[in-house]
Amino acid sequence: MTLVVVRPGIQTLVEDLGRAGQASAGVGTSGAADRRSAALANACVGNHRTAAVLEVLLGRLVIRALHPCLVAVTGASGPLTIDGADADPGVPLRLHRGQELTLGVATTGLRRYLAVRGGIDAPRTLGSRSSDVLAGLGPAPVVTGQALSPGLLAAFDPRPVALPTSATHATYHDGPRLDRLDEASRTRLDGSRWTVSPTSNRTAVRLLGTPLTLSRPDELPSEGILPGAIQVPPNGEPLIFLADHPATGGYPVVGVLDADGLAAAAQWRPGVEIGLGREARGQTISL
Amino acid sequence: MNRRLLPYGETAVLVEFDDPDDAVGLARALGRLRLPRVVDLVPGATTLLVRLDAPPTDALVDALRTTAVEAPDATTERVIEVSVHYDGEDLADVASLLGLTTQDLVSRHTASTWHVQFLGFAPGFAYLTSPDAGLDVPRRASPRSRVPAGSVALAGTWSGVYPRDSPGGWQLIGRTDFVAFDPGRVPAVGWRAGDRVRFVDADRPEPADVR
Repeated sequence: MTLVVVRPGIQTLVEDLGRAGQASAGVGTSGAADRRSAALANACVGNHRTAAVLEVLLGRLVIRALHPCLVAVTGASGPLTIDGADADPGVPLRLHRGQELTLGVATTGLRRYLAVRGGIDAPRTLGSRSSDVLAGLGPAPVVTGQALSPGLLAAFDPRPVALPTSATHATYHDGPRLDRLDEASRTRLDGSRWTVSPTSNRTAVRLLGTPLTLSRPDELPSEGILPGAIQVPPNGEPLIFLADHPATGGYPVVGVLDADGLAAAAQWRPGVEIGLGREARGQTISL
Repeated sequence: MNRRLLPYGETAVLVEFDDPDDAVGLARALGRLRLPRVVDLVPGATTLLVRLDAPPTDALVDALRTTAVEAPDATTERVIEVSVHYDGEDLADVASLLGLTTQDLVSRHTASTWHVQFLGFAPGFAYLTSPDAGLDVPRRASPRSRVPAGSVALAGTWSGVYPRDSPGGWQLIGRTDFVAFDPGRVPAVGWRAGDRVRFVDADRPEPADVR
């Protein structure tokens, strides 16, 4: 046992790369919502990219080191201190025995990531340590007094890390049911602006704004869902699926965010205005 | 060919079929081929979502267009028996909606062979279809906030078993001890797309042999 949770924050979850590849069992991807920030935090402390990190919603997390350890904080920006002294995000930080690391409430962005050298140890469920809030799989949210133990360091396997983004604009490629939007809505989606709804969570970013119009109201037979899928329910206000997406869904998917866009969307906080733009280049298959 | 390829962002392709069973059939064939870049094959009601770790190559698109669907063979085809206590809260309502007695409804549910078309909604939740059951019922007007694990249910022409306590809008006709999902078990899911399922009335002895 190396660390103990003094204050758990608003919602702090253990996440790794998730459970991709098991959707045919009804199991969603899960894992860190903003994978780039999680990967950067792991890289900072020399962890393998599969190591589990803490995903901290906004902040208010306080942890105390019971033994010396190496940590790094990435993701949404906000106050970060060790025993009250400012510390830097995105670099390795040494915690001495008894020192407290405090993540204050993020000022921009939504999710902060804390990596500990060795990774956060937790039992694996279906091959992953990730907490899937929608499916109810994996570790429960972190609580006060909880001990966090680093795991064994996996072989170091350095790979380039795509840098995190704080963009409020995301690019999408066509989805399979773009033709379910009427012509005006299809055109309008490209360049559309939306406000992020307070009901957004790890399952989806829900968007508020002038509704899109579906040309066909009939329900679609359920089909597979992936992170980044832009789905339009009958009320016309789109949602963008994140890590804890359901494996299948019955409303039309009209577009899918690219990797940059998905990383950005995971950091969009309620009330922020965001934009969506279409990218047709490089499309192998067209409608 | 009776399939269409639809774009699904940069790193996935959705294959849509006229015959719903072809979705599982292509998943079976592609699973055996182990094509590079393919990281998941997700059957839906009439589709197969092919998830990739990079944009599709022309060769991969060709493979998705031309690979023949594969029928189950004797070694892979499974028939799963699910024993049910037909005492669900909605049993009487569903029977009357269909103009059947509850016993007729139970007979139809147990007499047909059901197919696992796909899994979704929740881990282990299978969408079961049976062309010859002739059961088509609306969802409940207001969903329940908690449906107990093991509930056997109907909605539209589908039947299903709730793997865990969860909210749900399907009509409940019975309950079973069959564990559709247990993350501590290998495999965690009790069935997969393509399996056959027979429901058995737990409270009635097998029908007597024809004398």
